[in-house]
Formats: sequence, C-alpha cells, structure tokens
Amino acid sequence: MATIKIPKAELKKLIKSDEEIAAKMNMMGAPVESVSEQEVELEIMPNRPDLLSVQGVLRAFRAYLGKESGMKKYKIHAPEKDYKVKIDPSVSAVRPYTACAIVRKLKFDDAKIKEIIDMQEKLHATVGRNRKKAAIGIYPLEKISLPITYEARKPSEIKFHPLEAEKEMSANEILQRHPTGREYASLLEIYSTYPIFKDAKENILSMPPVINSHETGKITEQTTDVFIECSGSNLEVLKRILNIIVTTLADMGGVVYAMELEYGKTKLTTPDLKPEKMRVSLDNANKLLGLSLKEKDLEKLLPKMGYEYKAGKASIPAWRCDILHEVDIIEDIAIAYGYDNLVPEIPKVATIGEESRESRITSKIAEILTGLGLIETSSYHLIKPEEAEKAQIKEEDKIEIENSKTEYKLLRPSLLIPALRIFAENKDNEYPQKLFELGTAFTKDTDKETGIAESEHLIIASSPGNFTEIKQVLDYLAKMLNIPYELKEAKKPELIEGRTGAIFINNRQIGYIGELHPETLRTWNIKAPISVLEISLEEIFRLF
Amino acid sequence: MKQKGENPEKESKETEAIVEKLSPLEIKIIPFLKESIDKIEKKSGLDSVSVLRALKFLEAKGIVKLRTTAKTLVDLGTNGVYYKKNNLPERQLLMVLEKNHHLDLEEAKKLSKLSENEFKVSLGVLRSKALINMTGGKISLNAGKEELSKKSFEEQLLDALPAERETLPPELHYALDNLKKRKDIVEIKEKSVVEFELTSEGRKIAGKEIKSELLEEVTPEIIRDWQRGKKFRKYDILAPVPAIHGGKRHFVNEAITKGKRIWTDLGFKEMTGSKTTTSFWNFDALFTAQDHPVREIHDTFFIKGVKGALPDKELVSSVKKAHESGVGNSRGWQYKWNEETARRVLIRTHTTILSAQTLAKLKKEDMPAKFFAVGKCFRNETVDWKHLFEFNQTEGIVIDPNANLRHLIGYLKEFARKMGFEKIKIQPSYFPYTEPSLEGLAWNEEKKQWVEVLAAGIFRPEVTIPLLGTATPVLAWGPGFDRLMMAAYGISDMRELYSNDLKALRNKKAWIK
Repeated sequence: MATIKIPKAELKKLIKSDEEIAAKMNMMGAPVESVSEQEVELEIMPNRPDLLSVQGVLRAFRAYLGKESGMKKYKIHAPEKDYKVKIDPSVSAVRPYTACAIVRKLKFDDAKIKEIIDMQEKLHATVGRNRKKAAIGIYPLEKISLPITYEARKPSEIKFHPLEAEKEMSANEILQRHPTGREYASLLEIYSTYPIFKDAKENILSMPPVINSHETGKITEQTTDVFIECSGSNLEVLKRILNIIVTTLADMGGVVYAMELEYGKTKLTTPDLKPEKMRVSLDNANKLLGLSLKEKDLEKLLPKMGYEYKAGKASIPAWRCDILHEVDIIEDIAIAYGYDNLVPEIPKVATIGEESRESRITSKIAEILTGLGLIETSSYHLIKPEEAEKAQIKEEDKIEIENSKTEYKLLRPSLLIPALRIFAENKDNEYPQKLFELGTAFTKDTDKETGIAESEHLIIASSPGNFTEIKQVLDYLAKMLNIPYELKEAKKPELIEGRTGAIFINNRQIGYIGELHPETLRTWNIKAPISVLEISLEEIFRLF
Repeated sequence: MKQKGENPEKESKETEAIVEKLSPLEIKIIPFLKESIDKIEKKSGLDSVSVLRALKFLEAKGIVKLRTTAKTLVDLGTNGVYYKKNNLPERQLLMVLEKNHHLDLEEAKKLSKLSENEFKVSLGVLRSKALINMTGGKISLNAGKEELSKKSFEEQLLDALPAERETLPPELHYALDNLKKRKDIVEIKEKSVVEFELTSEGRKIAGKEIKSELLEEVTPEIIRDWQRGKKFRKYDILAPVPAIHGGKRHFVNEAITKGKRIWTDLGFKEMTGSKTTTSFWNFDALFTAQDHPVREIHDTFFIKGVKGALPDKELVSSVKKAHESGVGNSRGWQYKWNEETARRVLIRTHTTILSAQTLAKLKKEDMPAKFFAVGKCFRNETVDWKHLFEFNQTEGIVIDPNANLRHLIGYLKEFARKMGFEKIKIQPSYFPYTEPSLEGLAWNEEKKQWVEVLAAGIFRPEVTIPLLGTATPVLAWGPGFDRLMMAAYGISDMRELYSNDLKALRNKKAWIK
C-alpha cells in the first residue's frame, strides 16, 4: 500500500482545521493514515498514481475543494534542436518502449530532490510493478550530449561505472555483485541482450530498469535541467507516468520541453498532455448512482475532479491512468457529489432468502452434537510438513503450497491431523475432552477442474474415550438424522486393530470409527486414550 | 468475671451451630483432624481429593486454616520413559563404539540405529564429556572400560525420577539442566502441597466423633416416611460449587450462523463453492490484470504442481477480450492475456469467486436476485496478532437492472446495524473489479477510532458483460467477517480465533445481539 506525506502547512493554506482536512481527504478517496505535527499521511489507492507526489495531491485537493476546479493547464514547449531519442529496433525483444521529456529551469534543494526520488520510487513500486512494467530515469542534462539513443546490446558489450559503485563494471558484474543490480537482475537475466540509454558521445547513461551511470546519473542541488525517460512494455502506461512526472516538475517551477522519439519511421512527440475525451451519459450516471442530477450538475461536479465537461463529453486529464470506461468517470461524479450525501435506501424487491442445503445439514449436525455436550473446534485448512510426516502421508498424495510464509504448508487430507494437534495442545486442560469439527478435507483428483477434490468432513473425538462411547455417539447421530448405516471390520494404521470399523451408507464407505493406537498417541505426544470417528458428509448431503 | 470462651453454655451453642452445618464428608474427617493429611486419608478411607474438599469446607467454617506451598516435581517425559528402558542415545552410541573403537560417522550412525537428531545430540554430549574424539569424519573412543561402566549423571537422574527438584543432589541438577534442553525426556511440573492447622474453634471439635440427627439428601425413604419436626442439615449455600461445561459451537461458527441469518432475513440466497480454484475465477473473471501484485506467490497461496481447467471457450474468450482491449466501450488493461496464467490453481483469496461463478450460471428470468456467502479465504501471510493466513469473508451480490449505489449503502448499513454497528461512515475506495467502490468504517467506542469493516462496490461492466452477458448493475460486497466478529467478542489478537484452547472455548460467552 502506497502512502504519501503532505506538509500540513500547504494544506492549511486551503483548510484551517485538522479534522476538516482529514474529513475532506477521506471523502476525496485519499484516506488519512496518520496526522503529525508537520505532516498528514495519506493512503493512495492503486488506481491513482497521479496522487503519488505532493504536487499531485495538492492539485487534486484544490480542485476538489472548488478552489481551482477544472483541468489544470501546463505548457509544453516544442522540442529544441537535438531534443531527440532514437529507439533502435534491437530493444523490441527486451524492453520495447520509452517515453521521454526535458524539464529546465528547475531550482532544486535537498527537500525537492528527496520529493522527486520519493515519487520515482513509489511509481516504480505501484504502477511500475517493481520496475517490470515501467522504470523511470532522471538525469542532469548538463552531463549529457544530445541526441540520445535507446538500444539493446549483448551483456558482454555493456560496461560502465554504475551509481554506488567504486569503478566501472560489466553488465554481468552489475547483476551479480551490485546490490541494486542483484535486486532487479531477474528482470534482465531472461534476455540475451540488455537495454541501455547512451548519449551522442557514446557514453552509457543507464541500463534500465536496473541502474544509472555514476558519471551522468545523479541530480544535485546544482542541477537546473533534467532529461527524463520512462522505459517499459506498455507505451500508453509510460506516457501517462511521464505526464505525472513532468506536471509535478512543472508545479515545482520547471519549464517542460517535448522530445521527438524516433521508432524507426514512426515519429512521436512526448510528453503529450492533450486530454482524451470520453462520453458520459447523464442517464447512466443517474441510474448507477441513484440520483437525479442535471446537466449543469455535471458541469459543476466533474471539474471538482479535474475534468472538463461539455455537452455529454468529459475531457480526462492526461495524468489519470485509471479511466477505462464511463463508470470510472461516474465514480468521480459520485466522489465530487460526496459519498456522505448519498441517502441509503433498501429497495422493495421481493426475493426469497434461503440457506444452502449444506449449511442446513451441518447446522443440524452441530445442534445434535452440542446437545450431547460436545465442543466444536475450528482449525486451519493447512497443516505442517512434520504433521504430514507423523500421519505418514505419501509424497504423491501431498497437496503443497508454493512458498508459504508460515509453517503451515500443506492442505489437510482429513480432520484427524488438526484434531490430534488440538488434543496435544490441550493435554493440560480439563478432561474429559469431547470434541467435534466440521470442515473441508482435500485430496488429489485429476477429474476435477483444479485437480483437487474437496469434501466436507465431520470428525468426532473423545478423550479419554473408548469404542463403546464413540459408537454411542454415531448411533445417536444416525438415529437423529434417520440415516441407517452399516459397520464393517476394517484396518487403519492409526487405529487399534480389532477395534476399527469402516462406516457405510448405501453401500458406500463414508468414514471410519475406532480407538487410536498408543503408537499414534505417542507420536503426537498425547497421554490419554482417544476414540474417534470421521466421515465425509457428501453422501449425507445427497440424502436431503 | 468470666472470660469469653469460658462460658460453657454459649460455647456449646456455637459448636452446635457449626455442627448443624457440617457435611457428612467433614464429619468423617473431624475425628482425625489432629493428624497429618496422609493419616487422615488412611484412617477416614477417603481419597485425597475428598479430604482436600472437606478441609476447604472446614476452612470456610473457621475450623482449620490451610496453607499451600508450591513444590517442583520432576518426572520422566515420553522419551524419558523409553530411554530409561532402552538407554539414552549417547549410551547406545557408546556401546557401538565399545565394539568398534574407530568408526566413520555414517557407519556409526547406522550401527547405533539412532535417528538423525538423536545421533547429532549424542555426538555433542559425548564430545562435551571428552568421551570421544572426532577427526576427519571419524569418531574414536576416548575412554577406558572403567569409565564406560559408570552411569552418567543423566542416567542416574533418569533412575531417580520422579522426585521433588529440591531433593535432588547438586550433580543431578546439572544433569537436569542438560536433559531439559532435549525433547520430552524430562517433564517439570509445578505442584502445590497443602498443609493445615487447627483454629481455636477447630481445637474444640477436633478428634470428636460427631453424631448428627440431621437429615442429609432427600431420599425416596425420607419422602415416604416423612415426620414433622425432623430437621435437614443446613447447607452453606454461599460455598462455591465445581464448574460444569456445556457442549457448544465454536464461537467463530456461532458468529457465522448469526451473519447468515441476517442475510437470509434480508432475502438473500446462500452460495456455496470450492475453496481451491483456478486463477481464472479468482482473478481473471474479476478483471484483475495478470500483472497485478496480488497474483504473486508472496500474496497468494498457489498449489504446487497442478494445472487447472478453464470453463467454456466463449466465457474464456470474452474475459480475455475484457482484459486485452475491453468489452462494452471499455479500453481494457491493454496487454496480452495469457491462458496459462489463468490456469494456475490456488486457494481462494476472496469469496468473490462464488459471486463470479453464480453470475456465470444465472439465467435472465431469475433477475432480480440476491445472493450471499460467508466463508473462509486465504492469503500468504505470516501469523501475528493482526494477521492470519485464513480469514472469513462475507460476500453479497444484488443483481437488479435498477440497482444503484444508494441501494448498496442501504444494504450494507442494515447488515452492519444487525451486527451491532450503529455508526457507519461510507467513503470512496478502490478494487479492480468494482466501480464505484466504497469502504465502510465503524466507530469503535473502546479504541475511539474508526475501523474499516466494509468493502463494496458495483461490478464493472468488464466483469458483468463476460459473466452475465449484459452490463446489468451488480451490487457486490466482500468485507472481512473476522474483524466484525472480533469487535463483537472483544478479541484483540487474531491468533485467538483458531487456537482451539479448550479452556477459552469453554468459557467463551454466548453471542446475543
């Protein structure tokens, strides 16, 4: 989750009280995380990367409050001589696109530099998908000779002095030894060539999305002019990210220049802040929101969200990344209207409420068993590998999770394993312990859509308990449910031979009943005898 | 002047008042009260629990004073019992080395028949006692016959158990420290020992045989032969009685039952479905782009080594189109959609898949319709007080051509009110599959802050067009249920939800709201 800290002084210029600031931010869709003496920290939703800079938030907030509503205008100067980037076809297999700009006449100080790096990192982490989808480079223009080339080379042909390193390194050395190189190595290693930006003097500026050159790569307080590039796989996304950056820098006082991009014969100029237009139907908006707005309401509401609106069409700010459909604009109408102004209503639509058959039956079973004084437990659907060992589950029967962060790594094949864990953990609690649990068990089954069969199980276990006691419970339950069952002698490794039964209904085995073997109990570090029954309920569900 | 206590008349009256209240159990031990507890047990023929209960009753009547002191008992653990019989692993290894003075590590392990862990521990123990040397992957014995024949302190300790810790000689304390570190060899239990002394009241009646004419329990004979004037022994009705426990449902399920009832009361039908599913249903059908961070293994539990099947081709190609270039005037996410990614199998991260599957099955003539589910969902999380890898979600959808955002807020507020949250604040939020989206915060009076409890929106046309065939508005919500429930139960540590501590389960209060 991305957050951003906004200096309170800036917000106080717009609204006096802290409470009011928080209330308005929450209603604008940038909920307040925390408020300190100096700053207000906001949570930024993933659909609004344009709010990942202080300038972006202030721009949106001013409009939302009606202080500067409508679309903010920025001037983009035409490219000057050599404001060009040539995109070599060699990058198409690796990282095919870039969008670039030049911003001049900036006045940086420590705070502003930090702000820019902050925005860059947050864009990387969110819409940039950790630099995979988009990576941003910002370079001091005075160290670069224009025009610039974006090309891909064999790793062996790339050598430069990366940031935060002592000396020149080869591409492979960077990916293996440089800390930033190692972090992002997986994004390049899969390719046979790596992309680079180079200037007119053949100096390598960077190897995106990994690292910039030490020689040209860092902006300082002396920097006034910068070259910006975004590289990645989706040109539309790159253009919008570039728009977010240049408008932020323009708000910091910079003058924005376009660059000419040469994709072979196709020429393209970025950044382009020309707004896209989308139809918005007043009717659709009113239907979806349950309001009766008029045309002139839209003319008032949409500018509060930074749009321009005229005669059924909304102009979308070029830095918004999230407008895919009319509904996205309709949500902004609702936000401008104020979610707190929406009057809740429960419509008079006649529908019949109903519990599922499974719920009805399991509730009834639970009611019968609690009537016998049994306590219901509820355990995780996952079990630990060592528990699977204790239960001697075969390797090919295990259903394993990829990369579980917890010690629980397998789907449970039965409810017996969690039940034994519960008895082991409760060995110092008061006896008798008469338990039951209802829940899902998982087994491999290639016939299923997922390759896994799920079955609702019931386990009943009693400690100290013997065969007679557990069979009494089974008899009672079967009688209450009016389901005749059959018992046949059986063997099961966890249970004592000669005291084990297989439970059948309609000639199908649904489970087992018996006394746990002392060896099983010892393996689980349990000291009191346990009798147990476990059945699948699927067959029973079918009977009702 | 007569002192208090020298008035035989008053004295006998007081004693009589006490005697009237004595239970048969107390009367049984009074003749032996001048003896120790052990002797009382023997002479009265009562077991230790009954004697202790009788003494506690007498204490309540001011006849004795009890004193409890804690003692530490050391006993054999499960492995300890086994090793006492079959020798400690280090002894087993020594016995092998006695026969072969030099051995390879692997060979020694094989011959000793020890487990990996036992073998490792034995090596450590024997090296620290300098009984063996290890060089270049070989073990050699470093002790003579005499030394080998001596029992180690650890072995002496196993022989001495069970025992009170204070009574063990100092050298065995050291051995105890060693064995405590190993698994289940020794068990340490705190035990309280009770002693008593007589009060001045007590001294008056201790040793007396008390004959009481008072009646005890009501029996069929007493009912049959009842005569006026007979008296019952008085009970100390203020005395505590032993606790009993009832059978009950797990409190999480009790809350879920409550949640389900709210939805059925509001006219919703329950949806069911499996917990394992393909990425297609969990993500793609819900317009979650394939490069969305939630689809990575550090957020979601994917299943190793299985590939799922996709539903019918028409639905798949429609979902693909929604992602790549959009359906119904949408631009889509503008990327190349990959079928293999959609086949990955996972345990559901939200119950919203049930909504997606329900929409895909819904017939036009069944509209308007309302569905709900309350069920387990899973996320790849480390476990701590505010995170669990399993949680319940309550899901709801309303499919109605006339549904709108105000209805959504109406349903949610009513649900929250029935769950016990009167004060709810609605504000904008974001989910990939709903637009508009909202979250609801409830006022937590205890913490004096707003807590996020609701998450909802109206399904995007990119979701409804492929699943439903039309862009009919579908109100949808999927707030976590556990947080709502925890607030109602006053639980602050999520781990308590599924710890299955029987003591806690037995004592959990019923939910009445």
